[in-house]
Order: sequence, then C-alpha cells, then structure tokens
Amino acid sequence: MIGQANEATPRAAKDGAAGSPLVCVKDLSVIFDAGRAGFWGRKRLQVHAVEKVSFDIHPGETLGLVGESGSGKSTTGRAILGRVPVSSGTIYFQGKEITHAGKERVRALSRHMQLVFQDPYASLNPRMKIVDIVAEPLLVHGLVKNTKEAAGEVAQLLELVGLPPDAGARYPHAFSGGQRQRVGIARALALKPQFIVADEPVSALDVSIRAQVVNLMQDLQARFGLAYLFIAHDLAVVRHISHRIAIMYAGNIVELADRHLIYESPVHPYTKALLSAVPVPDPPVQRARQRITCPGEAPNPMDPPSGCRFQSRCPYVTQTCRDTAPVLTSRRPGQTAACWNC
Amino acid sequence: MNDCQNTPLLEVRNLVVNFYTRGGVVQASRGVSFQVAHGQTLGIVGESGSGKSVAVQAVMGLISNPGRIEGGDILFRGRSLLDPAGRKFVRKVRGKEIAMIFQDPMTSLNPVFTIGTQITEVLRHHLGMTRDQARKRAMDLLGLVDINAPEKRLKQYPYEMSGGMRQRVMIAMALACEPRLIIADEPTTALDVTIQAQILELLADLQQRLEVSVILITHDLGVVAQLCHRVAVMYAGRIVEVGDADQVFASPVHPYTKGLIRATPRLDVVTERMVSIDGVPPDLISPPQGCAFSPRCDQAKNDCLRSQTLTPLGDDRHVSCWCAIKGDTR
Amino acid sequence: MNGTSAETLEKALEKNRYEWVEKLQELGRELKRDKAGLIGVILITALVLMAVFAPMIAPHDPTDQDLTARLAPPVWYEKGTWNHMLGTDHLGRDVLSRSIHGARVSLWVGAAVVLLAGGFGVVMGLMAGHLGGRTDAFVMRWIDTQVAFPGLLLALIILAVIGPSLTTVVVVLALNGWMVYGRMTRSAVLSIRQSPYVEAAEVVGCRWPRVIFRHILPNLTSPLLTLAILEFARIVLAEAALSFLGLGIQPPATSWGLDVSMGKNYMFMAWWLVTIPGCAIAVTVLAINLVASWLRLISDPQEREKQYARHMAGAMRKKMQATIEKESKVP
Repeated sequence: MIGQANEATPRAAKDGAAGSPLVCVKDLSVIFDAGRAGFWGRKRLQVHAVEKVSFDIHPGETLGLVGESGSGKSTTGRAILGRVPVSSGTIYFQGKEITHAGKERVRALSRHMQLVFQDPYASLNPRMKIVDIVAEPLLVHGLVKNTKEAAGEVAQLLELVGLPPDAGARYPHAFSGGQRQRVGIARALALKPQFIVADEPVSALDVSIRAQVVNLMQDLQARFGLAYLFIAHDLAVVRHISHRIAIMYAGNIVELADRHLIYESPVHPYTKALLSAVPVPDPPVQRARQRITCPGEAPNPMDPPSGCRFQSRCPYVTQTCRDTAPVLTSRRPGQTAACWNC
Repeated sequence: MNDCQNTPLLEVRNLVVNFYTRGGVVQASRGVSFQVAHGQTLGIVGESGSGKSVAVQAVMGLISNPGRIEGGDILFRGRSLLDPAGRKFVRKVRGKEIAMIFQDPMTSLNPVFTIGTQITEVLRHHLGMTRDQARKRAMDLLGLVDINAPEKRLKQYPYEMSGGMRQRVMIAMALACEPRLIIADEPTTALDVTIQAQILELLADLQQRLEVSVILITHDLGVVAQLCHRVAVMYAGRIVEVGDADQVFASPVHPYTKGLIRATPRLDVVTERMVSIDGVPPDLISPPQGCAFSPRCDQAKNDCLRSQTLTPLGDDRHVSCWCAIKGDTR
Repeated sequence: MNGTSAETLEKALEKNRYEWVEKLQELGRELKRDKAGLIGVILITALVLMAVFAPMIAPHDPTDQDLTARLAPPVWYEKGTWNHMLGTDHLGRDVLSRSIHGARVSLWVGAAVVLLAGGFGVVMGLMAGHLGGRTDAFVMRWIDTQVAFPGLLLALIILAVIGPSLTTVVVVLALNGWMVYGRMTRSAVLSIRQSPYVEAAEVVGCRWPRVIFRHILPNLTSPLLTLAILEFARIVLAEAALSFLGLGIQPPATSWGLDVSMGKNYMFMAWWLVTIPGCAIAVTVLAINLVASWLRLISDPQEREKQYARHMAGAMRKKMQATIEKESKVP
C-alpha cells in the first residue's frame, strides 16, 4: 500500500495528522561530558550533540533523518532507544513518557522498538551462527526456551527478509554485506516491534544491493505497519522510503518537511547545499547544474557558536544569525525551517 | 589520442591478479586492460569485490602476499613496470611520477609528525630540495589545495585536522613531485557529502590547471559524472564497458552498466521505487563461465556462457556482451 | 510452508553439527606445514605423556637410593651402566627416573597456576572492563600496586612464613601472575564492548551476564589462549627457580629445579646432575614458546592467510590451470 503511495501525498503522514503519534520527541537535548581541560581541570568540556530537537513519528510512517557526521542524528536515534542519557526534553512512546526509563524499562521497551545497524560486518557476532543471532531476541525475552524451539520462527524470519532458511546454519562470514544486513533486519523484526531506528542501514552497501534492502524495508513496512526513523548522511537514499524528512546540522533540526517539499522547494540554505552536493550520474546534467557549495566545515560541537550554527558556512549570513538562534517556523503546510533569511 | 607518436601515459594490458586464500583462488583481476592518455581523467567504477582497486594496486606495486600478479603487463610511458630488469625505472616512477591518494587519509599520514615535516620530507627526498626551499614549496602546495593560513597548518598534526582538511593535505602531498598521473582510490568515500563536493571541485580544478592524468576509482557514478572524461565499468574482475563518459552515461550498452545507472538514486528524477539489480555479485573463487553478469542479467541466453572479450563498438567504445554486440551488427 | 522451512533449517543445522571436526582437521594440516610449531606440539605432547605415565616409563622409583652406585655416570662413559642410563646422584638415585617424574611437578604446577591465575584474572578483568567506574579504578589500582611490588620477593616472603609445599607454590605463583590476564581482559573488553554486535545484543534485550559470556568472552579466547601458554612457560621457570632456592618442592619429592639445586654441589664431578634436569627445563620452555608463536600466527586471520598462500599457491595454481584447460576443451 505504502509503496504505491503518491509522492505528493504520503499516506501515513496524512493519516498521522489525525491519529496520535507513536513516537514523540520534544525539545530533546543530549550533552556528553568529554572530560576536563585546563591545567587544574577547571574547565569542563561538554559536547552538545543534540540540542532542542522535536519531531513526531506516526504508526506506519518513515521519518528520514539526514545529516552529516557529527550532526547528532545517530545520537537522536539512540536517545529514543534509551541508550544515551537525555539531558533535557521529553520522549514519549505510545503516549507514555520514556525519557529517563531505567534499565529494566528499556529492556521491556526493546520488544517494541529495535535498531538496525550501519555496518553489516561488525554488527553480527562472528562466533554465532545466524540462527543463534536471529533467535537471540526471542530467547532473552523468554519467548522460546532454546534455539531449537525457535527454529520455525527463525526460518520464517529468514524467508521474510529474502534469505533461504538453511542460511541459519552458517556463520556471518559466509555472507555478503547485503545478506548480512538482511540478517540484521530479521533480528530486529524477531520481537515484532512497531518502531525501528535504522541507523544508515544501506550506507555500507553497494549501489545494486542498496536498492534491494531499501525496497525490502519498504515492503516490511507495508506488511507490518512499521514506523521507521531512517537515518542517512545524504538525501539520495531517503527519498524513496521517507514520508517526511528532517535535516540536522550540528545538533539542530534545520528543516523538517514532507518529502516532496524537501526536494522540490527546499527552504534552508543547508538543505539546498546538501541537495546540490549529491552528484547526478549524468555528465552533461551534472556539469550544467548550478551548485550551491558551502565552504568550510561544521562547527566544533564542544564550542558551538551563539546564534545559528550554520552561520560560518552560510552564504546569506546576517547579524541576526550571529546573535540569535532561529527556531523551526512553518513555511508552507507540511514544511518548517529554522532560518532568519528564507 | 590514437596518434602513433603519442603512446598512452599508462597502459594496463591483460592484467591477471590472483589471491591465494583458504577458500580457493580469488581471481580478483581476470584480464583487465585499459589506457590513460596524457591529461585525461579515467574513472573506474565497480562495486566492492569487482577488482577495481586491485588493478591500480598492481600499478603502484601494492599487491603483496597472498596476492600475486600472474599475467599481463603494465606500461608507463611505454616502459614496463613489471619487468624485473627495470627496477630503477620503477622506483623512480612510483611515488614521483605516479602519486596515489587513498580513501582514508588518516592511515597514510603519520600521526607523530606535523603536516609540514611530512610534506617537506617528500620534497627533500624525491627532489633533493633544501629545507628552506621545501618549506616554501610546501606552503605553495597547501595554497594550491585551498588551505588557508598554510604557515599555521604546517605546524599541525594530522589529528588536529578534520577529514576534509586531511584529504586536502594528502592531495598536496600527491602533487608535491609534480606527478604525471594521480591515482585516487575512493578519495571522497569517507567524507561528508558537502565536503565531498568541495574535494571533487578541487580535484577537477587541479586536473585542468596542472594537466595531469587522473585515475579515479569509485563506486559512485555521480562522482564519475562530475570528474571523468572516460569511464571503465568493472564487474567480477573484468572491464565490461569502457568509453567516453558522456556517451556511456547517455547510452549504456552493457546490461550491468544500465542497471548500475538505474540503481544510482538521482535527485533530479522522481521514481516510485528504487531500482535494484537482482541477485548478488559473483564469488570470484569460481566466477560464472562466460559472462560473469549473466546469472543476474535479464537478457542472458546460451551465448553468454561462451567467454568473450572487450569488443570495439565504434567511437572509442568497447563492450563485452554478446547481446550488445549482436544487436549492434544487426 | 512454515513447517517445511523450519525443517530445511533443522536439516542444515544437523548437517553442520560436526563442522568443528573439519576445522580441527584443517588446523592439523596447517600445523604439519609449520615445522617449528609441529616440533613444539610434538615435544609438549611427549612431555605430557611422559608426566602422565611416569610410573610406567621410569625404570626406577625416583626416590630409591642405591648407595653402592653413587654418582654413577651416564651409559656412554666407561663406568656407566644400562641400569642407570643417565647416571645417578649423590644418593644413588636414578637421574632419568627423577627427570621423568620431575615433568609431573612442572606441568602440574604450570597447569594449576595458569588455570587459577587465568580464571581469577579474567573474572577481575571482565568486572573492571564491564562495570567500569569505581570497580574499574579499584581493580586497576590493585593490579598496578601488585605489579610494582617485586613478585619473586613476595613469593619468598609468603613461602618463608607459611612454609613450602606444592599447594603453597601453586597459590603463591597464581597470586603473582593473575595481573597480566586482568589487564589484557579489561582492555579487550573495553574494545569489544564498543563493537556494534555487542550493542546489538544489548538493544535486543540481553542482560549483562549474557552479553559478557555469550558475546564478549568467546571473542577473547584466542588472545587469552596465547597468553596462557606463554604464561605456562614462565610458571615452569618460576617453579624451577623456587625449588632451586629450596622454597618450592621439598625432598623427597622430585622437581627439576630441586635436582639442579642438589646437583650444583657435584657440578665438577658429575656434570649430568645439573645438566639433565636443566635441559629438561630448557626443552619444555622452548617447546611451549614454539607452540605459542604458532598459535599467535594462526589466530591472526591475515597472517594465517599469508602463510597459507606461501605454502599452497603453487599447487592451487596448477589445479586452477588444469580446470581451465578442461573447461576450454569442452566445446
């Protein structure tokens, strides 16, 4: 169903406006301690990884979260999963607050939300057979007594992600990157979660395999009504799977909009720069494209500038940008951006 | 370019590289041939395991146990780099006339020396410059790769720099000896997209200004589209299609090239679903008979089991696909 | 549908049940190619067999005195007899039999100490690495303090106070040797727990014991094994040293170190009293080191591949060419 949705009106996003969100993040900030500096250690170093981030994810919806390294996108995903301590703000799941959930609560919540990893090589224990890896969630939650009992379910899960059931008898090293990522997805699906954080699940895969995995995730979403937080570092991949897209820069969301608005009428200069940074595989088109480049690099997260964090690289920077940080304001129905000048 | 007096700068002929592993003989390069002309940028595109890096590692002499070069030849300015008699020539060429830029600059920069020490070291060793000359030249080089305040940068250690900055330093070091050929192995894969855009622009600019030849190894067709004059598409240890970049992108002939172009997501074209190529890349220990792509190809027929070679298809385009060749002659 | 796919999986699992046998065979083939490692393994096996079956192999009881045949030389001397092949000591005890029985003590002490120290060290290292914070600080400072204190001196003090016996030697050496395991385990835990598959286990809901014992520890075995074997060699030497100083094994029991110490008084009349147990110690330590370096080699996958290619490339190339020729003959 969702796979056939029209680009202009993503179904889940439309429905979501009426229904209650599955995940609701309000003013989330994550600050890491990074030790002390100075001769006597008087100066405390803090990394402002995520600052005042808010968004909703509705059942059956995909929110694409796009940002470059150090933008805080992975930290945001892990904060929702309770793997990173939240400094301020609140996180709700199915209407209940889970911001500072304790260890056992996080464990209980793991039946409802799961994580798919970026690196298909490092995320599977090399000393465990595939069957043990996929059965592990069932086992530790007491749903089965041993791996043998889980064989039926594991076989079903493997088939679901497009692997032959006898793949379970082998070790991870016998599989290619794409196949391993399928195993990772099967493991995440074992507990039948409603929400999956996918942390750059296809970045490490080859182009021809990438599409297979994205399509698989889309099919699974249509089948089980999964909600995804799909994290990516560029805008090329998230287009097909996302209903809405949030762009992060240096810990802030700078633009959050329905998918087609991000690509057709981006507002924030950083979104525009990200769009033009992805080269088009067509030489004449690529040569003719007008590119918006942003010089320089992202600010130091230990010492973020006051005002807008994009100011050092922005072509339209003004005094206002240097003094005050902009907040997300509505630009169009379904599009918000944080910028003073656009 | 086909001028007789103008031998190509680099010519790789029928290169065979095997890796002897426990699982069997991995045939990483199964007869790869390509040429790079003076001042030309050649893009070699392929997925992981296609043998694209192996080909240039052979050029740089970086193939070591368990890998062996077991066939073919590599000619630089018409002289063999594999001939044991020409060792002196090879030593002179590698690092000086052919420079390499790696994917991860952190592994090729020494963490315990400053950038300045490392660049001047190269200049003094290869070009016999004095300390002052080398320092001056190093500053020029950093300026060339658009690094601000070169004097300050020269005193910095690699860890004090960001990934993009380190890659610029690597490029500066590669340019130090005014090489004729630069081999860039996935130079932007580890970088953020906006930084990638900066580096690509820099590379394109430098290539034009210095008229140096470039071999760009990448898995990203977009990068090729931006930088390369010619493109060679590799699959399972062989080049399946090679030709002028504009032409290959405009009218790809080999089904794999077609699939790859379709599978690369484009921001300027709206499609409903991502296009994938079914199946998985072949195992290079026992590659399929004949055309290695045939198990994944929707046009495969019996002919495809026969072995084939790159066949000219007019206008400097070579393809190795039975279907395409027959279609053309008909 | 479900039933059949589950059966396929079960069948495949059944089929792969004995794949560890194949892995072991592969290991054996590789050992055969590595001559130094092979010699080490053969020597160690021989030593272990010798120790286990000492009463059957040894021609005499090691404590039997034969005062009529005191300080008899080995058999190749004029006065030597086949009865005492390697001669006798000042009390007329058979040197060969004593050396054979000495292997028992050395290997037993080595094994016991490695198990004890290794077990304790790994547990402490796991705790320090996994729990972190104060536990980590406490364990690491403890280790630092103990490492800073001269080990042999501590052993001497304890042995002098409590009085020497086999058990005390084992305990003292274990107390002295657990720190290496602790440190190595801790640093390995710190790096492995960063790896995505450990995070995956936690996300999936594994509690910490399962994370440690199912995900972290199995990936630690090969470096730990190498370390344990090297430590074994060190312990054999340490036991010999303690026994030599008279603080280890006490007469009438036998030990290589003890024999060397007793023989040193007769060094110029009967060189074999020192040399033969001394050689036994040297050979044991050498053999263990050979095995350890082979183990380190094969537990590094890259190095193992290189080794493999060095030996097999020629044969593999021939085989490959043969198949290519065969294929090309088929029209």
